[in-house]
Amino acid sequence: MKLKELESCLQQVDAFEEPKILLEQYPTSPHIAACMLYTIQNTFDDIEGKLVADLGCGCGVLSIGAAMLDAGLCVGFDIDDDALEIFRRNAEEFDVSNVDLVQCDMSSLQTEAYANKFDTVIMNPPFGTKHNQGMDMKFLRAALTMAETAVYSLHKTSTREHIQKKANDWGVKMEVIAELRYDLPASFKFHKKKSAIQEPALSHQGRVHLLSRGSNTAEQKLVSSLALNFTFTLLYC
Amino acid sequence: MKLLTHNMLTSHVKGITKGYPLLIKATEVKVNEVAFNPQFVSRMIPKLEWHALVQAADELGHRQDLPGDLVPNYEENEEFLKKVHRVLLEVEVIEGCLQCPESGREFPISRGIPNMLLNEDEV
Repeated sequence: MKLKELESCLQQVDAFEEPKILLEQYPTSPHIAACMLYTIQNTFDDIEGKLVADLGCGCGVLSIGAAMLDAGLCVGFDIDDDALEIFRRNAEEFDVSNVDLVQCDMSSLQTEAYANKFDTVIMNPPFGTKHNQGMDMKFLRAALTMAETAVYSLHKTSTREHIQKKANDWGVKMEVIAELRYDLPASFKFHKKKSAIQEPALSHQGRVHLLSRGSNTAEQKLVSSLALNFTFTLLYC
Repeated sequence: MKLLTHNMLTSHVKGITKGYPLLIKATEVKVNEVAFNPQFVSRMIPKLEWHALVQAADELGHRQDLPGDLVPNYEENEEFLKKVHRVLLEVEVIEGCLQCPESGREFPISRGIPNMLLNEDEV
């Protein structure tokens, strides 16, 4: 499947209907999801025929993309009923049979039971706002326990050094694959050009779908915090 | 919920030492076709608790002739891998619950999704 096709399919994935601020629910843009998944498969061969976990899967855009790229099975984990219901509906509409869903709380999951069970973990985890600081690191720790080969994750660029330090402490190798600007226009800029991939379109009329209603202060704060750089990170286990 | 997923799930209620395997009480089970990838199935087998898989398939009435123990040289045995594929990926629990073997605590499964969330007093 070509990158453009994948992105075009993912544009049809339904997103959150009433996003919950406290859970930091926002959809991963189809452009970013497509570029991320395409890279993971074409450069690193970590999706096709693999057992993949999507932590904090939300409505499933990453999982559905992984399924379309022929993951052996992609299991999505999320805490929220409503998001999982939308994911389930999406999976039905797209007729993807190689996904499965589990409702659980990643931040309090005893991940030892899942240790090294998955080949690959993909995720766009919550960053951890004032209410749940350090959530991104909890997800990362869980991901590293669960994955046997690699963890692919999106993080705020401002936390890159912190994550690098933690990676060193945990004895895992970290590589920044790309930097994304998650505002308008959303773009995906590669750090290293790998010959195998085509340069994706660098401009995209992305939208932060999340915050289209109300002018609630908390929502506004979240909007401005999202106009930040993301780093797409690969961590080797 | 597929049995490949079920094979990983445990009860983490505070104080429980043996929360695995979760017993399946299903009220609705479906079998869906999933593309067969023999290499994938073959690679998954060492990650499985084989007896828990057989027990789960049994509980659902979908064991058919899946053997109680792994056959030797299964990597080359396509017939065997097809049986495993069916049980791991094609059989799905849509409605029912998972029961902790130690405490009896039930985790509901609805619309194919198991809910492993714990209450405050169980964490």
